[in-house]
Amino acid sequence: MASVTLDKINKVFGSTHIIKDVDLEIGNGEFVVFVGPSGCGKSTLLRLIAGLESISDGELCIGDSVVNELPPRERGVGMVFQSYALYPHMTVYENMAFGLKLAKTAKQTVHERVMATARILQLEELLERKPKALSGGQRQRVAMGRAMAREPRILLFDEPLSNLDASLRVQMRNEIARLHQRLASTMIYVTHDQVEAMTLADKIVVLNAGRIEQVGSPHELYQRPATKFVAGFIGSPTMNFLPAELVSGSADGCRVTSAGIGELALPQDASGHGGGAALTLGVRPEHLRLAEASGDNAFEIVNVEYLGNEVYVYLEPKAGDTLLIHRSEAPSAWRVGQQVALAPDPEHVHLFDADDRALGLAQPRAAA
Amino acid sequence: MTSRQLSKFAKRIGFWLLVALVVFYAVFPFYYAVITSFKPSSELFRVELWPSRFDLSNYAQIFSQRSFLQAIVNSIIVAVSVVGIALLLGITASYALGRVRFRGRSTVLLVILGVSMFPQVAVLSGLFEVIRALNLYNNPAGLILSYTIFTLPFTVWVLTTFMRQLPMELEEAAIMDGATPWVTITKVFLPLMWPAMATTGLLAFIAAWNEFLFALTFTLTDSQRTVPVAIALLSGGSAYELPWGPIMAASVVVTVPLVILVIIFQRRIVSGLTAGAVKG
Repeated sequence: MASVTLDKINKVFGSTHIIKDVDLEIGNGEFVVFVGPSGCGKSTLLRLIAGLESISDGELCIGDSVVNELPPRERGVGMVFQSYALYPHMTVYENMAFGLKLAKTAKQTVHERVMATARILQLEELLERKPKALSGGQRQRVAMGRAMAREPRILLFDEPLSNLDASLRVQMRNEIARLHQRLASTMIYVTHDQVEAMTLADKIVVLNAGRIEQVGSPHELYQRPATKFVAGFIGSPTMNFLPAELVSGSADGCRVTSAGIGELALPQDASGHGGGAALTLGVRPEHLRLAEASGDNAFEIVNVEYLGNEVYVYLEPKAGDTLLIHRSEAPSAWRVGQQVALAPDPEHVHLFDADDRALGLAQPRAAA
Repeated sequence: MTSRQLSKFAKRIGFWLLVALVVFYAVFPFYYAVITSFKPSSELFRVELWPSRFDLSNYAQIFSQRSFLQAIVNSIIVAVSVVGIALLLGITASYALGRVRFRGRSTVLLVILGVSMFPQVAVLSGLFEVIRALNLYNNPAGLILSYTIFTLPFTVWVLTTFMRQLPMELEEAAIMDGATPWVTITKVFLPLMWPAMATTGLLAFIAAWNEFLFALTFTLTDSQRTVPVAIALLSGGSAYELPWGPIMAASVVVTVPLVILVIIFQRRIVSGLTAGAVKG
């Protein structure tokens, strides 16, 4: 168990700058998830911490020591790979014992550690099997067991669930969460799936194009996204975005107007922006209220999706073609073809400036 | 019988006729060598497709020659050494060429492939000078050296291709487990590369076992010769007689080990040659 500190970490491959000035603190025992679209550098960042890639610039500390130059085995990290990468010619036992044997651990200790790990992961029945005789979920557990057997200070997961089918993924997600509660060790987990990130993480790190967009708890990221990218990435269905214009703003709040919605009084601090500034308004599907209406500003319902427990209503504005999504509990009385007006809840409206940064709140508000 | 059944029948007959032709074409020369080896010299030039009696005098004659037995021993030493050296160097080289990124990697691979395209005769005189300079003339070590030169390109090429198909994450998993490159090669890659090793090893063995030109040029005395040269230099009762019977018997004797090896490894060879053709 150990903390991890990244100080202005950079990674350059040839002429491509993949990781740009990443600063991050990971506390002892924390479960941190790196999330972002493919190509954002999240896997590279994990591999930098693992020691599989060299750091171009910056300083990486595990515990109290700088580990930039240390090979993976001396960093005290274990890693679970996306494809599991089990040794196909070794049994489950040998797979888990391999690292310990290479570290010249006493035979008795190797046996004890492998058995203890197998007990935690319920692999005792499978120890004599070869990987090809295991199911996907079992292979996944063996891969975790192999990473855990050496008792690393930090466990790294590189998209470990993406090869599993949907139901197994939910089950393994649950097992990983319980494993973390049980071991209380520091874990870093990479995924492109925001549901995995939201459900597992103590702390989510959203990466985009090699930079950290935002670091925070799942709740913070959902309620107060710092950028338009985070707002659009976290949450499903994604947040609705509408172009808006600042009417007047002060440190205490502001008024904005948006086509189809009209003028809204919002609690954001817009003192840094002049009247007429172009903004983007963001509303999550569940925070959009609909009312029957007609006229130029009305939206037309173009599709209604019934999901059993909830209903998605797709709205098309008279001007423009970006579809908006409204989410409500089932059943819903809305029908295709109806004309509606939007009434967003001001408490839950997000405002983004021209640089896609979120405008802060004017005064502290009650937790949403 | 309807015409459709008839044409199906005719097609099947045609197919098996074609198979028979191919088998005959491939096997007949060897078959003829085998039956010739069982004929006494007096009947040698009577054409027979089925031997009327088995006469083992040709076999008795070659096995009574000490130089022939010595040649078999030499051949075994040379071929086994070539296979061992070629696989050891091939595996390590293919790790570097298949897994380590460095400048000029593809150039090195192309040069390796290019080297294997030179005919033996082209390098014969140069290689002779090298062997003389290394003081390996009339020594099996000289043959091992020269065969390895011609075996390595193929070995390296095939093993590199195979090594590249092994998943990258497997090697990274070994690195995370604290394995050095040597441990990764021997403990993780080698067990997975047996099909490729069996294929390349066997082909290297066959090449070394059958090689004639270098073996003739770089050896002088009976005690250092390998089998192909020894067979070619078998002499008959007089300078005007070519001892066909013993030559055929000797050829059969040295071919049998190859056939046995191929049969033992045939499944692995097939999987080695088709590895990567289908994902699996």
